[in-house]
Amino acid sequence: MKKYASRIYLCLIFAILYIPLVTVILFSFNATESTAEFSGFSLYWYSELFKSEEAWIALRNTLILAVSASLIATVIGTAAAEGIYKMRSKICKTAITSVTNIPMMNPDIVTGMSMMLFFAAVMSIFKIADYNKIGFVAMLISHTTFCLPYVILSVLPRINELGNSLSDAALDLGCTPLQAFFKVKLPNIMPGVVSGMVMAFTMSLDDFVISYFVGPTNFQTLPLLIYSMTKKTVKPDMYALSTIIIISVFVLLIISNMKSTKRLSANQKKKGAKTK
Amino acid sequence: MNKKRSFMNSIAAAPHIFWAVLFIILPLLIVLYYAFTDSDGHFSFSNIASLPSYASIFWLSLELSIIATAICLLLGYPLAYIIAKSKPKTQKILSMLLMLPMWTNLLIRTYSIMAILDNGGIINTLLGTSMQIVGTKGAVIFGMVYDFLPYMVLPIYTCISKIDKNMWEAASDLGCNTFSTLTKVIIPLSRSGIISGVTMVLVPSISTFYISQKLGGGTFELIGDTIERQFVTGALNVGAAISLVMMILILISLTVMNKFGDSDEGGIIV
Repeated sequence: MKKYASRIYLCLIFAILYIPLVTVILFSFNATESTAEFSGFSLYWYSELFKSEEAWIALRNTLILAVSASLIATVIGTAAAEGIYKMRSKICKTAITSVTNIPMMNPDIVTGMSMMLFFAAVMSIFKIADYNKIGFVAMLISHTTFCLPYVILSVLPRINELGNSLSDAALDLGCTPLQAFFKVKLPNIMPGVVSGMVMAFTMSLDDFVISYFVGPTNFQTLPLLIYSMTKKTVKPDMYALSTIIIISVFVLLIISNMKSTKRLSANQKKKGAKTK
Repeated sequence: MNKKRSFMNSIAAAPHIFWAVLFIILPLLIVLYYAFTDSDGHFSFSNIASLPSYASIFWLSLELSIIATAICLLLGYPLAYIIAKSKPKTQKILSMLLMLPMWTNLLIRTYSIMAILDNGGIINTLLGTSMQIVGTKGAVIFGMVYDFLPYMVLPIYTCISKIDKNMWEAASDLGCNTFSTLTKVIIPLSRSGIISGVTMVLVPSISTFYISQKLGGGTFELIGDTIERQFVTGALNVGAAISLVMMILILISLTVMNKFGDSDEGGIIV
């Protein structure tokens, strides 16, 4: 009885979560322009979407931005995590980590507003008249800033867990501090670095609010494109774009899940072998 | 290790400290500057003085987001509990099903509900009616719950699944039934998950402007819409003042809540 009740509850919640998404996917295949009445299957809106230059440019921009922001954030953030770990004074540590967490705790709209005002100030100080000139750099800086806490939060626990003994041994055996970091420490904390980078990448990919405040007119990302599409009456081409995004997220989730399952079972096997 | 070497090692954090000062602290100081100046750059209290006229908007945002957070907690806790109690394989599939909507862009999720609730949307077309759902408070709350429910469930689920299995057994050995195990053992032990879930729902829903723009149908304004409107119309000083107040309120309440959560987690470790 109890089992059935919990099953019905699960089904109900997941139905509510998925019905809207499924509706979007369904109507992206609609033959007519209506988003409420289904009149026949067609791929017309997909072909329209693939023909639209705007969508391709937005996709390219989104990827360029997400890749570069997550790379910069990973490099700075990993170095920062190592530096924070080595720091002696506890006050410095807490001060730095709490400042780092500000963009994560603040509502996006406040971060967006502060970044926008910052770049407005930069423009007036350096007498730049055209915002489009610094637009991409502004986007890159903003995205890197809100990605940084995710990298640090994912790398720092790994460094704490690893401790100092391995790199001390490397130093005793004649490594320079840099060699000790790159040859000994980095390979050991790699899983944390990679998951931080993936996190940063998806955060940047998904961001709408901060890009909305900072974004210049000549650099549109996919979320900004979706926003401008929903400002007018929505045609199913926006549904087609959403469907493609939903399906890509789904595929990525399955891949990452399969990988983690593999790693888990490999670990279990290793452990099993050891106990034997 | 001597002092000099320790300093040399910490230098790895230098680029980040530089970045944080330049791109986190300085922008916030600029918000402060804008909040206390007029459009010509002269010092003025007029922006701060104009804030009480936004109080009703602020209370409305607070009301809607607290209701949405409470509904998320009431719906999400049982869900997290059921997921955590199911078989490992089912757990994996269910948490993935939860993550898919979470990683789908907020705009798409919000618009997908609009497609269902709208005047010319699915519900009205199927029923042949013309109910006005979009534009009510209920629609906005539904949007917040729909958009942010996974953010509530995942941290609670993680927290419950980390609770030692022996705890459940010990509780039932000592005479707890399922219900009292839940109220006396599991819920107190998952408090840190509840707290992070509540913050992850409350902060985005109090500051949203897209949900209220779409599902509010332009009939009422939340505090996020106000900030966005100042940004669009170029009234940056007032926008900065509202952002400043919102940021201070949220950071204070987060610090208080985190204190609450941390001391509890310490309890778990002990």
